Amino acid sequence: MPEIRNFTLNFGPAHPAAHGVLRLVLEMDGEVIVRADPHIGLLHRGTEKLAETKPYNQSIGYMDRLDYVSMMSNEHGYVLALEKLLGITPPERALYIRTMFDEITRILNHLLWIGTHALDIGAMSMFIYAFREREDLMDAYEAVSGARLHASYYRPGGVYRDLPDSMPQHEVSRFCSEQEAKRLNENRQGSLLDFLEDFTQRFPAYVAEYESLLTDNRIWKQRLVNVGVVSPERALQLGLTGPMLRGSGVAWDIRKKQAYAAYDKVEFDIPVGTNGDSYDRYLVRMEEMLQSNRIIKQCIDWLRKNPGAVLVDDKNTPPTRLAMKQDMEALIHHFKLMTEGYCLPVGEAYAAVEHPKGEFGCYILSDGANKPYRLKIRAPGFPHLAAMDEMVKGHMLADVVTIIGTQDIVFGEVDR
Amino acid sequence: MNAVTKKLEDIQHYLQTQLGDQLTAIKYEFNELSLEVPVEHWLEVAQFLHQDASLACQQLIDLCGVDYLSFGDAEWDVTTASRSGFSRAFHPIEADPLFEFAQPTQPPALNSQRYAVVVHLLSIEHNFRLRMRTWATNNDFPVVPSLVQIWAVANWYEREAFDMFGILFARHPDLRRILTDYGFVGHPFRKDFPLIGQVEMRYDSELKRVVYQPVSLEPRVLVPRVIRQP
Repeated sequence: MPEIRNFTLNFGPAHPAAHGVLRLVLEMDGEVIVRADPHIGLLHRGTEKLAETKPYNQSIGYMDRLDYVSMMSNEHGYVLALEKLLGITPPERALYIRTMFDEITRILNHLLWIGTHALDIGAMSMFIYAFREREDLMDAYEAVSGARLHASYYRPGGVYRDLPDSMPQHEVSRFCSEQEAKRLNENRQGSLLDFLEDFTQRFPAYVAEYESLLTDNRIWKQRLVNVGVVSPERALQLGLTGPMLRGSGVAWDIRKKQAYAAYDKVEFDIPVGTNGDSYDRYLVRMEEMLQSNRIIKQCIDWLRKNPGAVLVDDKNTPPTRLAMKQDMEALIHHFKLMTEGYCLPVGEAYAAVEHPKGEFGCYILSDGANKPYRLKIRAPGFPHLAAMDEMVKGHMLADVVTIIGTQDIVFGEVDR
Repeated sequence: MNAVTKKLEDIQHYLQTQLGDQLTAIKYEFNELSLEVPVEHWLEVAQFLHQDASLACQQLIDLCGVDYLSFGDAEWDVTTASRSGFSRAFHPIEADPLFEFAQPTQPPALNSQRYAVVVHLLSIEHNFRLRMRTWATNNDFPVVPSLVQIWAVANWYEREAFDMFGILFARHPDLRRILTDYGFVGHPFRKDFPLIGQVEMRYDSELKRVVYQPVSLEPRVLVPRVIRQP
């Protein structure tokens, strides 16, 4: 009788279910996984080293490119660390704008997650539905920052500029008839806040639609329930954060426990799972989208009533164009800020935000220069992917795809 | 905010009494608590922070290496006048007997040790964060004990610090490179590793395979590094 041996299977790096460039080396016993060894780094760009050679503000754009589906949350972690070292607090309106855009980002991220996760498992139509809603939110990004993805909108001391009073319109072209343009522009007649309010009213119905497709779907449950179970103790050991930790029943959310921006002034609930399996994490994220919607609504109400500055006025932010043209000091200030940047005091700071995927933090070590001496980005996806080996052990090959999906992996942040 | 400060002060006091002789320093800066731990007490202190009921740092949030080689070095001297222009940042000027410009500022005598490992801990139970740092004693062969036995998550973080800085972690179960390419030479986040790298890769149509060759980019500095007192 021939000897039976485990065999090694290569998964990725160009596999559609690998969510980017994950290469997994799987040791298989038949169809059961004995060991998984993720090989990462195929998207390693050395963001941390690049940031060491640039003035602080020029690295904000790199933050967008880390987790490229939740751009503004990444920026938030970075500017919070800078603000800690600079010792400045943004105006309240900027805090609300950040809160609102963090939650828009959370919905953007979770929509992409549900779309791709469901697509991997075989529910094709989810992908198309989720991207329909993402489109609206990316338009909000575009209206406020000019870019649909890589916004570079947050600044230490606030946000780059105030919310716009009008929304960009769809134009009639050979791809868009007059009738179609009129339909698309219907909710874009008012300000950005009007557009977002319209979205928040529509959105709960969309989530209900997704839930009707998935939550009680027999195939969906067969693929998710009891797959990738993580106990709360192991979740803490493995450094899981965000929905991965809450899915295991640990009620930990930085927005509540170590509130930043305006999270201590808005009402929302933290959904928590019980079994720690992929299905619980699915339910947690679905509920998070509705809670985000709730926060956005409260921010819209507050922002309507409270106009004001969105950026502190000091030596770390540029002067107004008008001041530059009338005042020599302002001109010099602008020139020095744009060519050299600002210096931070000697010291170190770590600031974390509740990113859609977990805890995103930036550790900045400054030696008093205009560039960081060392910037360490704590990306939530990195420990999540490290837990892959433990999560897939004993599962079938097809469950690997479920677990990659449930971890919500994006390689921009894992590889940095 | 005051409640947070109070809590961290209590913790600082508690750590001072419990671990006083095992720590080099406890600092409270920017509303954060940092411990300086000598490398020989690294594991004991970590074990204590993890096990002690009134601290219960159950989560290791982050572990990273730091290379202190050029800490406090600037490319521009900002305290004296200069006759040279912008290019002094990227072409080091040879000492001129008449005008002495662009002298690199001396790094403050922070530590003669070069590599440090910085860990960020989080206590979910008591809701506070803690930073601890240790220095590898030998600059040519930096070794720090591994924390994998205490926090499983340290596994990949230590692999990353090894890959990027060449810091070795004693008793790590699987210390391989993680982010760099297969067969990569060097440790890219060391301060003496050039930003442009050392090799570049291209497809050679004659050899019909990918070849590595010395990098052809030129290093440039767009914004010089300056240190100004606030």
